[in-house]
Amino acid sequence: MDQLLQHALNATILGGTYALLGIGLTMIFGIMKIVNFTHGELYTFGAYMMFFFVMVLGTNFFLGLVMAIALGLLLGALIELALLRPLRDADIDTTMLVMIGAWIALQNTQQFTWTGIAKSINTPFPLDPLVIGSVSVSWSRVFVFVVAIMMIIGTHMLIHHTRLGKAMRATFQDRDTAALMGVKINRIYTATFALGSGLAAAAGALLAPIFVVYPTMGDAVAAKSFAIVILGGLGNFWGAAIGGFILAFAEEFGAGYISSGYRDAMGFILIILILIFRPTGLFAQRERIG
Amino acid sequence: MTSPGTNRLAMGRFAPFAVLAFFALLPFWMTDQYFLHVLIITGIFIIAAISLNLLLGYTGQLSLGHVAFFGIGSYASALMSIGFDLNVFGWMLVVTPKPVWFCILCGIFVAGLAGWLIGKVSFKIRGAYFVIVTISFAEVMRLVALNWIDLTEGPMALNNIPPLTLWLPFAGETTFWSKVPNYFLVLSIAAICFEIVRRIVVSRVGRAVIALRENEPLAMSVGIDVTRYLLIITVISAAMAGAAGGLYSHYVRIIDPDVFLFIFTVTMVIMVVVGGKGTLWGPIVGGLLFGIMPEALREFAAPEVQWIIYGVAMIIVLIFLPQGIVPAVGSWLQSRRHGSEPPATPEPPGAKGAADPS
Repeated sequence: MDQLLQHALNATILGGTYALLGIGLTMIFGIMKIVNFTHGELYTFGAYMMFFFVMVLGTNFFLGLVMAIALGLLLGALIELALLRPLRDADIDTTMLVMIGAWIALQNTQQFTWTGIAKSINTPFPLDPLVIGSVSVSWSRVFVFVVAIMMIIGTHMLIHHTRLGKAMRATFQDRDTAALMGVKINRIYTATFALGSGLAAAAGALLAPIFVVYPTMGDAVAAKSFAIVILGGLGNFWGAAIGGFILAFAEEFGAGYISSGYRDAMGFILIILILIFRPTGLFAQRERIG
Repeated sequence: MTSPGTNRLAMGRFAPFAVLAFFALLPFWMTDQYFLHVLIITGIFIIAAISLNLLLGYTGQLSLGHVAFFGIGSYASALMSIGFDLNVFGWMLVVTPKPVWFCILCGIFVAGLAGWLIGKVSFKIRGAYFVIVTISFAEVMRLVALNWIDLTEGPMALNNIPPLTLWLPFAGETTFWSKVPNYFLVLSIAAICFEIVRRIVVSRVGRAVIALRENEPLAMSVGIDVTRYLLIITVISAAMAGAAGGLYSHYVRIIDPDVFLFIFTVTMVIMVVVGGKGTLWGPIVGGLLFGIMPEALREFAAPEVQWIIYGVAMIIVLIFLPQGIVPAVGSWLQSRRHGSEPPATPEPPGAKGAADPS
């Protein structure tokens, strides 16, 4: 029973970051119809920026986090302007392949810059874990969870209660009509891609102090993000949030009770099962099979 | 005087033989063993790229899990040749080592079977979903190969895989230990695959899937059983990739779960896309370029830099030459030939391959 509770707690904490990753990816897909293979690299980028600010420059931990997220937003905007804008009317496969090219280039740039040696980051949190009854969790994980949930709520507010968000939703529903109504589609695309990338960078910056930072860390994360987004249905905000938690629970319990070697397989197995039995995801209504 | 049309036809007919002759004569003057090794590996990947082109270029389905078939073929073939015993729900399945040519055939068969299975499941969906499900299959295969240690040795790798032994005219029983016989083996398999694809493309099945690529609803409306034809092509394509995998494991003679890495799929995709998807020569041109380029860059650049160049090259080609090199060169030649005529209007994506399978 205690073990069960501990697994559930770990899964919940992990789920927060997964949800963040999934939301970033699903927004980009929903609004721009782009399968973003650089998502994992933005995650890695966020983690390395965290390392750069906190461990190399010696900046305050929280300031470093903010800077890492801001730079993630910026890198996302740059990728959009440089690679995706020229391909606005290209078919989805071409864009996908360009993003794969960008993934290779980004990952190897990070490997070249930071070498393959894994890096770790110090945290300002106490080392003693938070103990609740029979389960325990480290303070840094609690911090990660709280920030992730705040960011999810913040993104939701942005989408539903601002002019930018309204324009994004309009673009999601019907790009051409939105353009006719005076929505600056190009600007919305850049904002969406930057925001999605920023969320991935945030997840990387948040998790970097808990795990270690290494150049290929983004690959597994990108794969998981795809699984989360598929679970929730491509383009579905709350689907991705819930999908994040489902994947975290599947992984945590799969690793705990079946085999830890197949932990990373959980996401893929879920993808395959979902696509066999319910191809539009668990919660999708709007996005159809293309 | 022959018209440009017949001239072109003649070129199209003799080009494969000229290229084949060039590569067949290559080992007689190129004695650098390392370069031969590079060519063998490139050739194996060209076979894989030819098989991917069948799926990606002619049916228009972007399968990013193609390495699964390559890996399944190489594992199946390697395991058959070493022998294994497997406990299937209390039953002991004992396989003694089999002759390598038979193992490669088994690898081809198992890969084809996997293609049928994966196709059966994933052709229910299209577009982004299809791409992601194919990646997932390949990754699950990698994780199975990594964790099913009883069968695959996991990260310890399968080693001491025997090389191919064949009875050859003039040479008798020959074991393919050295580079030259392996080079000819890969070259002949590549030529066979090229010919298979060339015939498929002009066959009924080929025309059906090209119609599907151009306009799926229209193809369905005229009564083409889209899923069935896609499945046929997928099985052929997977079997061909399995053949490449079998050649790989008996040439390199050690394989580990990394044969399932996504990056190998990406390499095949780059070869096809840069060369020109939906053209017969695309995977060969792209394959030679991206097979030999890393070696050419080796002296100047660190591996990371090579990969950065890879990625950037891929982006540049996709943005500026979305059809790939072969169609671009083709239309350039055509515009030179009709120098005085106004340039032809740019063809929509895919139309090129449909009208002209060379």
